[in-house]
Amino acid sequence: MTEPLVLGIETSCDETGVGVVRGHTLLADALASSVDEHARFGGVVPEVASRAHLEAIVPTMQRALDDAGVTLADIDAIAVTAGPGLAGALLVGVAAAKGYALAAEKPIYGVNHLAAHVAVDTLEHGPLPEPAIALLVSGGHSSLLLVDDLAAGVTPLGATIDDAAGEAFDKVARLLGLPFPGGPPIDRAAREGDGESIVFPRGLTAPKDLARHRFDFSFSGLKTAVARWVEARERAGEPVPVAHVAASFQEAVCDVLTNKAIDACRERGVETLVIGGGVAANSRLRALAEERCAKYGITVRVPRPKLCTDNGAMVAALGSHLVAAGVAPSRLNLPADSAMPLTVVSV
Amino acid sequence: MLVLVVDSATPAVTAALAEVSDDAVVVRSQRRAVDARAHGELLAPAVEAVLAEAGARPRDLTAIVAGLGPGPFTGLRVGLVTAASIGQTLDVPTYGVCSLDALGLLDGKVLVATDARRREVYWAVYEDGTRLTEPAVDLPATVAGRAAELGVAVAIGEGAHKYAEVLGVAARDEPLYPPAAALAALAADRVRAKAPGERLTPLYLRRPDAVAQSVRKPVLP
Ligand SMILES: [Zn+2]
Repeated sequence: MTEPLVLGIETSCDETGVGVVRGHTLLADALASSVDEHARFGGVVPEVASRAHLEAIVPTMQRALDDAGVTLADIDAIAVTAGPGLAGALLVGVAAAKGYALAAEKPIYGVNHLAAHVAVDTLEHGPLPEPAIALLVSGGHSSLLLVDDLAAGVTPLGATIDDAAGEAFDKVARLLGLPFPGGPPIDRAAREGDGESIVFPRGLTAPKDLARHRFDFSFSGLKTAVARWVEARERAGEPVPVAHVAASFQEAVCDVLTNKAIDACRERGVETLVIGGGVAANSRLRALAEERCAKYGITVRVPRPKLCTDNGAMVAALGSHLVAAGVAPSRLNLPADSAMPLTVVSV
Repeated sequence: MLVLVVDSATPAVTAALAEVSDDAVVVRSQRRAVDARAHGELLAPAVEAVLAEAGARPRDLTAIVAGLGPGPFTGLRVGLVTAASIGQTLDVPTYGVCSLDALGLLDGKVLVATDARRREVYWAVYEDGTRLTEPAVDLPATVAGRAAELGVAVAIGEGAHKYAEVLGVAARDEPLYPPAAALAALAADRVRAKAPGERLTPLYLRRPDAVAQSVRKPVLP
């Protein structure tokens, strides 16, 4: 049997994505983003995102099919993000996927967005060795997972107890007068700065915190510390060294993320670390993970930045994995679940 | 010509197959469930069920007709994206109709009012099926004034029942929700003429709730 041709639909936040894969090969990755419409609100506005998904889904689908040179009749299965994410936004993608699936008479898979962030790496680096540790960091999630069997379920090891890592980037960017979303401008500004010039706190790394929160994250204290530092400067009438603040903030985030991820790998005796989510596009995180993992003989797998942020290809990649593993498809009444647990890979 | 009809502009989610011929519109099968919170779960199985009941395959469809609202946003989008994705897959035209119009196909002067939540109604006034006012969203008290001005004698729709006292217009028992036959009839001429398909743009009538960010709050005392 030839490898399955799978289409993936993603609408959990502000990106409308449609991807097409055959096995582990990426054929198309069409994306429409409403990010500019949210900028003046300083964060994603759910209703604005939902409206944009409805407008974008048909043209984005057409682009994906054209890019891949296939029709819906050629597709073996349709996968769609069923959760977690923004309820109204998810619903547009799920309803669209059902329409495509029923009209084309194809099976549908409602899948977990976070598991898809792990699966997308197979498009870049081939089959994922299991077990693996996954570090997923974005504006909406910050999690450490043990991936034993990506088709069956993943084990959450830890997560943020307050802000997501990407959220901290957005808030600090705003503080520094940089645009939304904050990840890329902070990464750029930080290149001109010294990450060790200001020592910002590393959340949940003190021995007393590690006892209970060994694999959890906290970025709220860090964000407040940066705000205090910047305000103190402003009040003293001194200029704010944006590059140094950006670099030092970024260093604090990346330091914690990489240390905890490596700790998880070592505690579980795992030799593969996959990093995904929008923050995985951060150049310092990628470099620091490479450098530190090398010391412990851990292989780091980070897909290229475009595959780290939300997209349809990641959903297609997970769908393809599920089809190949012989997992039964979802039913046509599958719900969108904004709080879908990590232990559920497909519904 | 076999047409799929969908509407999710009210708490009712409707799917139907209608046969549009030169001189008639006949509903061959339909499913309706009333659950404002489950449009996303209910609609696609309902479409499958009406196809099965009529012994038809998706490829037998020649057009899709969808109610454009106005209606609560999240549920409304389910119907429109379902119609659009089916139309795209089958490469058949999609036609939109105002969901209120489907309730207004009656003799005489009629106020159509559906529930817009937040103590408001989506409404329009019709005379012998012709719309006299643009679809709007307002407080029932405001609508009552306009209805009196226009000399409306009867009201129809779920909102007309819910706010009958304020509206001051007798509400008819049926239909409460846009009937499939009326939705199909409103698009029948376009179906017969094989008119070019239309992009299904929802009648939101309200802007998204969103506040532009203000100046940042200091963290230092
Ligand atoms: Zn994501």
